[in-house]
Amino acid sequence: MTSPARPMVQAQQVCKDFGALSVLKGVTLSVDRGQVLVLVGPSGSGKSTFLRCINHLEAVSAGRLYVDGDLVGYRESHGKLYEMPARDAARQRRDVGMVFQHFNLFPHRTALENITEAPVQVKRTKKFLATKRARDLLEQVGLSEKADAYPAQLSGGQQQRVAIARALAMEPKLMLFDEPTSALDPELVGEVLGVMKKLAAEGMTMIVVTHEMGFAREVADELVFLDGGVVVESGPPRQVLGSPRHSRTREFLSKVM
Amino acid sequence: MNEEQAPPAPPAAIDAVSLRHPWRWAGAVVLIGLVGLFLYGAATNPAYGWATYRKYLFDQRVSEAAWNTLQLTFWAMLLGLVLGVIIAVMRLSPNPILSTVSWLYLWIFRGTPVYVQLVFWGLFPTIYQKIQVGVPFGPTFFQLNLRELSISFILAIVGLGLNEAAYMAEIIRAGVSSVPEGQLEASTALGMSWWMTMRRVVLPQAMRVIIPPTGNELISMLKTTSLVTAVPYTLELYTRTRDISAVIFEPIPLLLVAATWYLAITSVLMVGQYYLERYFSRGVSRRLTTKQLEALAEAQTGAKEGHL
Repeated sequence: MTSPARPMVQAQQVCKDFGALSVLKGVTLSVDRGQVLVLVGPSGSGKSTFLRCINHLEAVSAGRLYVDGDLVGYRESHGKLYEMPARDAARQRRDVGMVFQHFNLFPHRTALENITEAPVQVKRTKKFLATKRARDLLEQVGLSEKADAYPAQLSGGQQQRVAIARALAMEPKLMLFDEPTSALDPELVGEVLGVMKKLAAEGMTMIVVTHEMGFAREVADELVFLDGGVVVESGPPRQVLGSPRHSRTREFLSKVM
Repeated sequence: MNEEQAPPAPPAAIDAVSLRHPWRWAGAVVLIGLVGLFLYGAATNPAYGWATYRKYLFDQRVSEAAWNTLQLTFWAMLLGLVLGVIIAVMRLSPNPILSTVSWLYLWIFRGTPVYVQLVFWGLFPTIYQKIQVGVPFGPTFFQLNLRELSISFILAIVGLGLNEAAYMAEIIRAGVSSVPEGQLEASTALGMSWWMTMRRVVLPQAMRVIIPPTGNELISMLKTTSLVTAVPYTLELYTRTRDISAVIFEPIPLLLVAATWYLAITSVLMVGQYYLERYFSRGVSRRLTTKQLEALAEAQTGAKEGHL
């Protein structure tokens, strides 16, 4: 059923309510294989919520969300939706890597153990294979010598690079980045963005929520400006950043650039 | 390297006169004096019956009773711990049936005194004279006659263990709640199931919060075993020494004997707790271990030599 033309992520009129508060009010967008999509917008615009819907950390209230052609979190049969058993939802999430603003590394495990945990426990990979792969990943993110350090002994930038390696260890087909550099000291932002750029160059499909406009301009294939739970403007980053069509985009950009 | 100014000589290490604490010394002297007076008084007061104390401290009946107390403590605590984990996990689980059952359990076992529970367990064979396995109102496959068994030791363990489970469950729940939500999210995002997340991520981190109060519970359990006379089980430390003192009419030295044994066992338990706490606090501190510091210092000097 795999066709190269099928988008990796397809969102159709995605809505998300928290009780009376509606955060997403019909987001429609698609991300092709190998593409990097950067989501920007003021705080509270629903960027993070949208990201969390993609791997079903939040359940969508209305609309449809597909990852690699599969409906996220539900099974559709004869026009009716069935809630997915937890086991199946977990299986879907394996293929989607996520990197958090506050890293969320496991503090009781070393950098290496953080990376091997999910492959060994979830995918039942042999321990020595997982360890070998973890060492390769640590080298990729430039932290070979920190394999045995605990997260508390690493700087924020180093922790976030370990977190990226941890997500990559599951060999995801899609990576989600939720403000990966927002909690970092300014001089540490570059090292994390560097790893992400390399990843994009290698052809990883990525959705990145960030305030780093330089990164967006350089790496993104498409830039989406989200405000009030809807897509206000989207297009190639040069166009959106250079000559925004919408007044709300202009207003936002004037504040962050 | 470019031309650089010669670096200034490194500053001399600080050699300051340390702060004096005269009042601490004065306080210590006064306290030692008071303790000395008390010890002198105790040693010369015949009411303490030190000869009897020495005679019974290592009496076989007493050391056997201490062993029984230890066994009661161990098995009751084990039962409490295992059941406590199950009840805590049930309470936190997304399944409403499990969480309601666990709430009911806590309500009953925390809401009644342990002494009352122990008396109840002692009466258990009177209430339920036989245990039958079979179809209700139908045939019986297996039958156990409780009144014919001498099971007061088992009943004491069950009584103490079930009560303890309620308290352990609350301690474990507090520990689990102390783990940040981000840990759950990260595990979920990696495709881990709820139970796997509990087992591999949440509970190991919760242990750091769970262990100190559990050590308290263990020590408290050791002393609560003196209540099992309610079952009645009479071969543990306190009841045994009291029975001996009732025969020889010397309660004070035998109380001291029991106290000495309890204190000795508690001291051993405290040492164990120290090592457990140290094990589960790994990864918490940014402070490096001596080994890691040595490795870093070596790397530093190695790098310097490489430059030269």
